Amino acid sequence: MDLILFGIFAVVAVLCAINVVVQTHPISSAISLVGVMGSLAVLYLLLGAEFIAAAQVIVYAGAIMVLFVFVIMLLNAGTEGKKGRSLMVQLLGAPLLVAFLGLTCYFVQRLFPQADEVHFGGFTGGTAKAIGEALFTTYLLPFEVTSVLILIAIIGAIVLARKEMD
Amino acid sequence: MDSFIVISLIKVAVLFAVLLTTLAYLQWVERKVIAHIQVRPGPYRVGPHGLLQPLADVIKLITKEDLMPSYVNRTLYLAAPFIAITMALLSICVIPFGPTIEVAGVRTWMQMTDLNIGVLFVLAVSSMGVYGIALAGWASNNKYSLLGGLRSSAQMISYELPLSLAIASPLLLANSLSLREVVGKQAGGVWTWNVLHGPFPQIFAFLIFLIAAFAETNRVPFDLPEAENELVAGFHTEYSSMKFASFFMAEYANMITVSCMATVLFLGGWTPPWPAEYGSRFVPTAIFALAGLVALYHGVNYARRRDKYSLPVFGVIFLAIAALFLLPMVQGWLLPLFWFFAKAGAILFAFIWVRGTLPRFRYDQLMGFTWKFLFPAAMLNLLVTGFLVAWFS
Amino acid sequence: MSTVPISYFLTLSAVLFALGVAGFLFRRNVITVFMSIELMLNAVNLSFVTFSYQLKKVDGHLFTFFVMVVAAAEAAVGLAIILTIFKNRKTLNIDEVDSMKD
Repeated sequence: MDLILFGIFAVVAVLCAINVVVQTHPISSAISLVGVMGSLAVLYLLLGAEFIAAAQVIVYAGAIMVLFVFVIMLLNAGTEGKKGRSLMVQLLGAPLLVAFLGLTCYFVQRLFPQADEVHFGGFTGGTAKAIGEALFTTYLLPFEVTSVLILIAIIGAIVLARKEMD
Repeated sequence: MDSFIVISLIKVAVLFAVLLTTLAYLQWVERKVIAHIQVRPGPYRVGPHGLLQPLADVIKLITKEDLMPSYVNRTLYLAAPFIAITMALLSICVIPFGPTIEVAGVRTWMQMTDLNIGVLFVLAVSSMGVYGIALAGWASNNKYSLLGGLRSSAQMISYELPLSLAIASPLLLANSLSLREVVGKQAGGVWTWNVLHGPFPQIFAFLIFLIAAFAETNRVPFDLPEAENELVAGFHTEYSSMKFASFFMAEYANMITVSCMATVLFLGGWTPPWPAEYGSRFVPTAIFALAGLVALYHGVNYARRRDKYSLPVFGVIFLAIAALFLLPMVQGWLLPLFWFFAKAGAILFAFIWVRGTLPRFRYDQLMGFTWKFLFPAAMLNLLVTGFLVAWFS
Repeated sequence: MSTVPISYFLTLSAVLFALGVAGFLFRRNVITVFMSIELMLNAVNLSFVTFSYQLKKVDGHLFTFFVMVVAAAEAAVGLAIILTIFKNRKTLNIDEVDSMKD
């Protein structure tokens, strides 16, 4: 059952990710990316990360990607032309990428041969309570720093948006 | 395992049959209430008091020609109403309608399923609902639809913040994200419901939640995405037949979900306003008996000729329901359902009442209102609640 | 009860990351490039959550949480920059925004 669920959502995630890369219109890419995020949320549930799964859908799919779709609609961005990137990227990009992927997969197989098998319910420490406790004890300083970071981002976005109004 | 699947399937069937019927009849109730606010009778032709009007509307919408404009983006144009209706119907799964009941020897909750992250699930699903409207506006390839879609996505992102902050304060009091436990903490009476319960009554959070909910469901006075005098019909201008009906049903399903959430989070869910030993279990009987007697009286002294036959029938039906509430074997599950639907129905009535009363906001007022007033107010409320919860616990 | 080896999750994460890199390298629309970066961040998040399962600790979830927060901040500023670029240059092609080169 777990393997079937993993298989379904892994295939959906990979297909949507391929769609993100090959679609020529940005809005199709954006919707495919939402598909990737949704399937990843299901995989997080399988790994016992219930809070992160909900945050993934609320923050990533529900807020960040809506912002992307909003900007694409606002700019009325059209489809991309056929002209490719620079020659070096076209020649070296694909082989290097495949080499990188092969190497990563090799190391994953090599380093985790006898690791735990994942089954649903094998780890139940991902509740909102556990995350909240860790956030306000061990990770208090990073948490406060990210809040400052968000404040900076808000001010930066306002400054950038205000400049074009004048 | 097998019995779990069978019970779940039965629950799904019952829940969706009730939900879809409610959707259709909410439309009838809305037209009737608006009509009476405007001193006119409302739907009256199809069936007694227009009661078969929803059925006629459904038949009309199904048999209408399904237009497909030639210049639309086909995939997204077809996906948009589907996304909207799916996300609208999905979040009803985690709403608890009542305590455990025992049917044919099987004990089960009057709830599809209880999640540890129930509240977050509702927020997540409702935040995905904006895609239906935004994509409908974009894929229609029409400037009015595009403007409606843009307005709706901006509005829904903005109003989701005060909505989430307003939800956070009752969760602080309940110390749980499971909707079942949130209701369990409020049992006792009207003074232990979150809206009035100390240390800090959540009346402000409740009002902020309701205002943000009006905007999230695109209802008057925040129905800018479908402002017909400037945008034709907004994002669903190009849609017809069942695709239009999907958006329509999604709006009403969202209203029902939001009312149920307000009931669960602030108004004590299925718990009665005062304990059963002080007579709260006779309230439904009294209400229905009174309604039945009024209907009988107006049936005898009829104002219109057809009332002579229809109102006595309604009166007898109401009296039968009143008698049903007195039977001890069904009281256990009928009373919680009555209180839940009475509270949710009161909020739904407020939705309709506001639509009949208030004019529409201007777009900049709409955005200024949420960012300059609603968001700081929700933040302040959460801060004060947090301090008081920390102080008293 | 069938189980899933940890390495499957990590391989999926690697595949998604490689697809993100591919989008980053081969696409020229600046919004799509930006979305490819988000795809890479998501792939890394999956690894974090998987490691968290393996170690039976909640720390990986916290890293994922912080990545989400940073991604939100990044999206807000990045999209504002993209809007400014479009207002000034009337293009979203990443190869045409190269006046610093000359």
